[in-house]
Amino acid sequence: MLGIIGATAAASTLDLLAWSPPGWGANLLRGLLNSILIATGAFWLGAAIGICGAYGKLYGGPVLRDLLAVYTTVVRAVPELVLILILYYAGTDAVNQMLVALGYERIQLSGLAAGIGVLGIVQGAYATEVLRGAILAVPAGQIEAARAMGMPPVLLARRITLPAMLSFALPGLANLWLVATKDTALLAVVGFAELTQETRQAAGATKAYFTFFMAAGVLYLAISLGSGLVFGRLEAWARRGQPGVGGASK
Amino acid sequence: MHSDIPPQFSFYPETQRPEAIRIENLHKSFGKLEVLKGVSLTAREGDVVAIIGGSGSGKSTMLRCINFLENPTSGRIVIGGEVVALRPDGGPADRRQIEKLRQHLGMVFQQFNLWTHKTILENLIEVPVHVLGTPKAEAVARAEALLARVGLAEKAQTYPAFLSGGQQQRAAIARALAIEPRAMLFDEPTSALDPELVGEVLGVIRDLAAEGRTMILVTHEMKFAREVASHVIYLYNGVIEEEGPPEALFGAPKSDRLKQFLKSVS
Repeated sequence: MLGIIGATAAASTLDLLAWSPPGWGANLLRGLLNSILIATGAFWLGAAIGICGAYGKLYGGPVLRDLLAVYTTVVRAVPELVLILILYYAGTDAVNQMLVALGYERIQLSGLAAGIGVLGIVQGAYATEVLRGAILAVPAGQIEAARAMGMPPVLLARRITLPAMLSFALPGLANLWLVATKDTALLAVVGFAELTQETRQAAGATKAYFTFFMAAGVLYLAISLGSGLVFGRLEAWARRGQPGVGGASK
Repeated sequence: MHSDIPPQFSFYPETQRPEAIRIENLHKSFGKLEVLKGVSLTAREGDVVAIIGGSGSGKSTMLRCINFLENPTSGRIVIGGEVVALRPDGGPADRRQIEKLRQHLGMVFQQFNLWTHKTILENLIEVPVHVLGTPKAEAVARAEALLARVGLAEKAQTYPAFLSGGQQQRAAIARALAIEPRAMLFDEPTSALDPELVGEVLGVIRDLAAEGRTMILVTHEMKFAREVASHVIYLYNGVIEEEGPPEALFGAPKSDRLKQFLKSVS
């Protein structure tokens, strides 16, 4: 009797992963998609902040450099969960107060935009340091050669410095991307329907905790493995001009 | 863009050849250390000026002030008849003017400084296409001709790190030529090379001198300077100790310091 119940339970919990109701597969996949969307947005926002931050720290005036130091120090010192809570609640509140003060209606900030914004700001602080280090690793002579032929600063950054620093930056950026994918789970605390939140709901509703959290784990692992492949290729491409010393360049 | 550049005038009488580069009373300090204490130089079209001197004499700094890779502390610099506007502290007043002037000066560095993430061909067309606005097909054709000229035609698709030092420096010279410069600046072009690779690079520079290119050359190769230069400047401790035609400087040096220097490097 007990055996029969056990067997049906195992079979039915796997059935719970089916695509359409009563399966929760579509929900999990929607959560996965949201997670990837947020991670992608946050990563690029972080990279953009990082490029500006790195250039600001390297070439900016004293005031700008101090401000950037405060930004990178504070963001990297405070736990990300706390930052997310602060930025999400305080951030939306600040936006709304500003809107009200300017005579506009309050808005409900979309979870996606808020998530990208919050995680992007966190990523930006780390990316600033990754990119600053990578820019410093570009041989000064290569930048000087471009200046010596009359290349204006922005073009020089786009054509010479940034492509040249990519091979030094990619290992750090790959780390940041993986952190971004996993940090999306923290957005569950503000109720955003990313993968972890969807999993929690499915598990809570069905009591099949093990099945759902294992499934979520497998999905996170799949993101990670896929990213590894992509970044491996990117790095090999970025190092195309450098004789191999092994590692990812192979 | 380059149509305003006069052709080489080497067949003109000495005084009628237009001035390419003039430096007047140039001073340069790094903090409290004054490395250039009022040096002057005039290079007319077709001149090959060699700057020689011991380590720390200021010869590289003098060259690098011409295209403002170093900002002079004071002095006057005239490139192709155009006075470079300076701030009171000596730095360039107008970044765009400097950028324009630099597009007429092909610089070759001791460490080659090729862009490692670009192939040799991409190195050559980078500035013509993206700064000077040359159509890509035209830039590629010219780059290929230049590479053939320096003996690197078959290396066009290779990345710099896979070339020998001598090949890299020849590619760097071709890259500087690709902007069709009014004058070439060489900063110790053979000092980073293995001895057996020096000859191939000097050969390329010798050809350029022979076709009447305006060049300013900082070098340790005394024999070479004597052979290609039309004018030699001996710099000692930030001051021009002696200058003149190569036969005079190398054949009959007047100052004791130059005599001693020539003895030490021969």
